[in-house]
Amino acid sequence: MWRDAGLVAGRDLRIELRSRVALWQILPFAVLVLLLFAFALGPSRQALRQSAPGLFWLAVLFSSVLAAQRSIAIEGTPATRELTRLLGLDPAGIFLGKALALFVELVALEIVLLGGIVLLFHVSIATWLLLLATCLLAAIGLSSASVLYGSLAGGARTRATLLPVLVLPVLAPVLIAGTRALSASFVGGGPDGLRWLSILAVFAAVYTVLGIALYGPLEESS
Amino acid sequence: MKRTLRRLLGPVAVALVALDVILGLFVTPPDIEQGDLVRLVYIHPALAWVALYVAFAMAGICSLLYLWPRTRSMTYDRLAASAVEIGVVFTILTLVTGSIWGRPTWGVWWTWDARLTSTALLAVMFLGYLALRRVPADPHVRARRCAVAALIAAVDVPIVHFSVIWWQTLHQGATVLNSNLTPTIHGLMAWTLLLSFVAFTLLFLWMVLVRYEIETLDEGEEDAELADALEARRQEGAPA
Repeated sequence: MWRDAGLVAGRDLRIELRSRVALWQILPFAVLVLLLFAFALGPSRQALRQSAPGLFWLAVLFSSVLAAQRSIAIEGTPATRELTRLLGLDPAGIFLGKALALFVELVALEIVLLGGIVLLFHVSIATWLLLLATCLLAAIGLSSASVLYGSLAGGARTRATLLPVLVLPVLAPVLIAGTRALSASFVGGGPDGLRWLSILAVFAAVYTVLGIALYGPLEESS
Repeated sequence: MKRTLRRLLGPVAVALVALDVILGLFVTPPDIEQGDLVRLVYIHPALAWVALYVAFAMAGICSLLYLWPRTRSMTYDRLAASAVEIGVVFTILTLVTGSIWGRPTWGVWWTWDARLTSTALLAVMFLGYLALRRVPADPHVRARRCAVAALIAAVDVPIVHFSVIWWQTLHQGATVLNSNLTPTIHGLMAWTLLLSFVAFTLLFLWMVLVRYEIETLDEGEEDAELADALEARRQEGAPA
């Protein structure tokens, strides 16, 4: 399983490196979302600083839906499907690999967006460790849930509109807990942040386990 | 047997709801603090019970039974779909009646309280499930996708609920099913409240059964149409 996961993650990331879709389409979109939020809120420093954590996670969520669609589109071509079947890759391994590749992309995205809110929204970071843990745990949960739902959402014709409706309500806990943990890391509130981290950890664990268990049966049937 | 049950269930459920309306509107006394507003208690909690517990549990259990290889049958898929579809109606009614109640008592149509927020999210998840059902696919593929989606949503609900409780809370605690299981209201009001739970649960079950029947007929119709079309093509191809 782990070897297959490594292979699939390597392939997905190599495709990203060569096609640069994430770099030239998804990343600019995320930055654009931040700018648009600032336009909607007005230039007041106070308002921007207060809403920065929420806006950060909203931008991550929207971009993660795009990234997930891209990741599933790679898998969805008939030739890929036949090839992975012929190669006898473990479905749980494919799921883990795709989630891992998406995780790497999301972490890169989070780093850029964090730079964005520090520069544009005037926030300063107090607890680096909490910030790091929040970003990593949230990225694990987001990538597992998105890959799982991506394979649920059916063929290419309907996926673009269906995936956001399916996956965004499910991601609500990540938005809530991520926002709170991030604002705790800005003001240096340790215990409060830990409580929200636990939700992120449970979410990540649940969706990773569900994905490993359910991805096989789902792909087999489509 | 099933048909008799369904035929019987309909009138009984409707009669009980009618009785609930009469008792709730005309017979029971108004509340000391809330006045006539308290009459909403004979609708809103029962609707919420059906939407959040009965419908959701039914959809979850049927999806699980479908996914389990030894009990796999399209019956469970259709039952789960019917439960979700009627469940959406009850969830939206819960939100609407709650909103009507909230305006005079809390002074706002909507408050970002834990239970309201998780109910709203649940409604959106239900709608997502129905959207997924409309995606054209082989019935078995669709059944499997939908069952998995329902299960994932079921797992997500406790996490949503927990995170939203920590997020903020203001709603009144449960009245009938509080932790020591002793009702905190008495007499006729309690009986009418209990009646509303029974009446709406039966109404829900009846609607699900009817919806299930429609779904079954629909699929039979599709198969028949396909068979007809195949037959027509064969006739065209046959030498005159």
